[in-house]
Amino acid sequence: MFAPAARLASKRLLEIRQIFRQSPSQTSRSFSTALNYHIDSPDNNPNTPWDFSDTNKEKVKDILSHYPSNYKQSAVIPLLDLAQQQHGGWLTVSAMNAVAKIIEVAPIRVFEVATFYSMFNRAKVGTYHLLVCGTTPCMIRGSREIEDALLKHLGVKRGEVTKDGMFSVGEMECMGSCVNAPMITVADYSKGSEGYTYNYYEDVTPKRVVEIVEMLRRGEIPKVGTQNPQRIMSGPEGGNTTLLGEPKPPPCRDLDAC
Amino acid sequence: MGLGLLALRATRTTSATLTRFSSSSPISRVPTISSFIRTIISTPELQKPEASAATQSDPLPEIHPPRTPLGGARVHFTNPEDAIEVFVDGYPVKIPKGMTVLQACEVAGVDIPRFCYHNRLSIAGNCRMCLVEVEKSPKPVASCAMPALPGMKIKTDTPIAKKAREGVMEFLLMNHPLDCPICDQGGECDLQDQSMAFGSDRGRFTEMKRSVVDKNLGPLVKTVMTRCIQCTRCVRFATEIAGTEDLGMLGRGSGEEIGTYVEKLMTSELSGNVIDICPVGALTSKPFAFKARNWELKGTESIDVTDAVGSNIRIDSRGPEVMRILPRLNEDINEEWISDKTRFCYDGLKRQRLNDPMIRGPDGRFMSVGWREALALVAEVVLKVKPKEIVGVAGKLSDAESMMALKDFLNKLGSNNVMCEGNGVNPQADLRSGYLLNSTISGLEKADVFLLVGTQPRTEAPMVNARIRKAVRATQAKVGYIGPPADINYDHQHLGTGPETLLEIAKGTHPFCASLLAAKNPSIVVGAGVFEREDKDAIFSAVETIAKNVKAIRPNWNGLNVLLLNAAQAASLDLGLVPESENCIESAKFLYLMGADDTELDKLPNEAFVVYQGHHGDRSVYRANVILPASAFSEKEGTYENTEGCVQQTLPAVPTVGDARDDWKIVRALSEVAGTPLPYDTLGSIRARIRTVAPNLLHVEEKELPIFNAELKPEVSQKMSKTPFGKAVENFYMTDSITRASKIMAQCSASLLASK
Ligand code: SF4
Ligand code: FES
Ligand code: FES
Repeated sequence: MFAPAARLASKRLLEIRQIFRQSPSQTSRSFSTALNYHIDSPDNNPNTPWDFSDTNKEKVKDILSHYPSNYKQSAVIPLLDLAQQQHGGWLTVSAMNAVAKIIEVAPIRVFEVATFYSMFNRAKVGTYHLLVCGTTPCMIRGSREIEDALLKHLGVKRGEVTKDGMFSVGEMECMGSCVNAPMITVADYSKGSEGYTYNYYEDVTPKRVVEIVEMLRRGEIPKVGTQNPQRIMSGPEGGNTTLLGEPKPPPCRDLDAC
Repeated sequence: MGLGLLALRATRTTSATLTRFSSSSPISRVPTISSFIRTIISTPELQKPEASAATQSDPLPEIHPPRTPLGGARVHFTNPEDAIEVFVDGYPVKIPKGMTVLQACEVAGVDIPRFCYHNRLSIAGNCRMCLVEVEKSPKPVASCAMPALPGMKIKTDTPIAKKAREGVMEFLLMNHPLDCPICDQGGECDLQDQSMAFGSDRGRFTEMKRSVVDKNLGPLVKTVMTRCIQCTRCVRFATEIAGTEDLGMLGRGSGEEIGTYVEKLMTSELSGNVIDICPVGALTSKPFAFKARNWELKGTESIDVTDAVGSNIRIDSRGPEVMRILPRLNEDINEEWISDKTRFCYDGLKRQRLNDPMIRGPDGRFMSVGWREALALVAEVVLKVKPKEIVGVAGKLSDAESMMALKDFLNKLGSNNVMCEGNGVNPQADLRSGYLLNSTISGLEKADVFLLVGTQPRTEAPMVNARIRKAVRATQAKVGYIGPPADINYDHQHLGTGPETLLEIAKGTHPFCASLLAAKNPSIVVGAGVFEREDKDAIFSAVETIAKNVKAIRPNWNGLNVLLLNAAQAASLDLGLVPESENCIESAKFLYLMGADDTELDKLPNEAFVVYQGHHGDRSVYRANVILPASAFSEKEGTYENTEGCVQQTLPAVPTVGDARDDWKIVRALSEVAGTPLPYDTLGSIRARIRTVAPNLLHVEEKELPIFNAELKPEVSQKMSKTPFGKAVENFYMTDSITRASKIMAQCSASLLASK
């Protein structure tokens, strides 16, 4: 008796689900910049020599000194990060092998870590790697449009690098600036690991991100933080609306009266 | 084990009658189980475990029939005070402290479903299939990773546990391709079995299933990575047991996959074992792919003969064909692993076989003849030669019976020149301790310092190597190695390449002596490759000096070991296959090769008459005048003694090829034709004869440890040469006539050895 109704309902449910389903190009959304396995290419193969620069070797020593000598492998993430900064924002197989050698583990153990974390890029990225936050608060505040604007302006797809090698666009998860959503992060590899910066640009609009890109192209560094001139950091637009006066002291019992 | 018990477990909660039924008549329950699953699973109350729990709690008196531990679970109390008591489904069990909940359940005879837990690997706890309910714990716990605590009340068959497992199973099947009909694991797949008990007949997942790129791990292991359930058993096996850290878990979340990242073949000599431990069909055997279903196969419990370890194997055959070889559990020898050579040499049993007696005609070509003619010819020739010029050589794969027959036959003809390959020209067969692995294979785990002299266990006896590796990993045992540069897969010190280093250690001037002297259980392992050296006596006396200096031989520990190379070696020395003269081959007129393919025949006089009795047309056939076809180890019943002196027997799994006969029968027949009949004509009587020579060879599955030690040996005055130690096994994959005939082994040597 209920069967037809139930069937109808389930059909409707499926239709709704279809609508929410992403378009085919997006079905497999991978936040990482590369596949989970390595394919040899001229600029990324195990035979290209790679080593930390002399200044970075000092840093490596410093990083290792933070860990007991029998737990060197704990340094894998900071070392990979350093290697990534030195290598223009991405990790080649040789770079990972070099790290494995330093911390004395089998290379596969380093590959495991590097593939686990999406902020380790295993494919080439631009000098400026633009990461659009795609998590719910930012998404509700229009991160999709931000990304579209960036991709359109740069003429690339997600994960691709512009022809001049300057820019690439990626996605990441919540960076904790939800109160200033939407936001993008710019990883700046133009000055190597010494001048490496990782800046947040918050309260961006599709227009503003394009301006930011153009400023970066000219070598300027846009003002970091909120891009809304009406806001001060995470404060509300147009100045504070609450807590304007001197805060009232908490009501206290008059102890002497008792 | 799996399916039946699991199904029982799954069904038990629902009806009390079933519980009673299953515990009362163990015999009649087997055939009825499947019908029970069907009917029970479709009962609606199973869909609502909470409701069924309510109905179930009618006060049935709790009866606890005695239970037997499962899967060889052994309880071993190192310290009786450490015993704790836990309750599994109300049944009290005593277990040592530190055991996990899952192990406690096993001891109580309850099979917990599992995917990632494996008792020889570290605990990962990532599949969650082993969830059980523990009283007072707010949610089900993963039993494999949870230590059992005193008084814990574990419940394995409650609706909550069942629902938890069903939930896990649904998630596992979500991204699993469900391609059992085209999967080689079908029929012996843990996932298949357990989904019979905990799986639903429909899934709620309507998205696209993921797919994963297959990896190329080499010629032995076939991968269908989409089937992988990320249990990481293979990763742990490669890291912990095989010692080749190549496999890893890449990516995360639903993108997780097993791989090597940079394409790399699995170059371990134990790689085949990942096929067994993979609970699903992600890693299967490449040579066996799509060849047979496992229920079509007949299993024969036998012994491996490709090295001197004597790994316990099961030969799976279909009709006259060996389809595959699997390991059998033997804690003392191979645990539950076997080497790739053992596992994949079987296709060699089908190639290059000799199936008819053959005689080389005057034109140099072989022609097939009948047994009668062939034996008559051999008998005619052998009676014409002087007894001193008759030489017999037993091959690497010979069983004790045939070696006994060969020795008796040649003795009857008046010759005393019988030997076995690999023992050198002047073997020491008087003291058994001089050629056995006296610490025993499992005993090696207790050693804390190893000294490997001229041996590379990794290629000579992978299972022994796995034990040494186990000791090194578990107790940080130190390993010193003397020999050519070799690929050793554990921490070791390369002390030197030649006997000088050995002398230094014997004199006590070498730095490694300190470790040896400090060791509680030092273990010195000498490779059987040393047997072939001229200065072997000097080397052995140096080794004995070291053993004495470091107190390696005590009443409760014998750390002076010889690691043999071939399956026949130990038994041949027990039987006294020692040639009378060292260079008998150079003066031989009649050479009887019983499966001997690695004997140097260059020095053999041209006019010598060579009889080759064996199963493969291998090296020696080129020189043979007569070929007598014999049966291979998979086709006969034979006794083998392994390197630690443990005697085991093979059983025939398949019929012999063509007109071939068992080795000892051929020798027996020949003796009759030659007019000197041997006094035995059944396996029983030949074994009775063996009893008079080496009674230990009849104590099957027993280790007869040597009683006398090297101290009884006379002084040697030999000079040690400077020649460095060589490699006894050049190509691990091809060491005897069977493996040399195997195509799989040829592929392995081509791709794996090249990529090393
Ligand atoms: S391949 Fe098999 S053993 Fe390895 S993780 Fe996957 S399911 Fe487990
Ligand atoms: S959601 Fe974008 S920063 Fe938190
Ligand atoms: S067996 Fe316990 S979590 Fe996998």
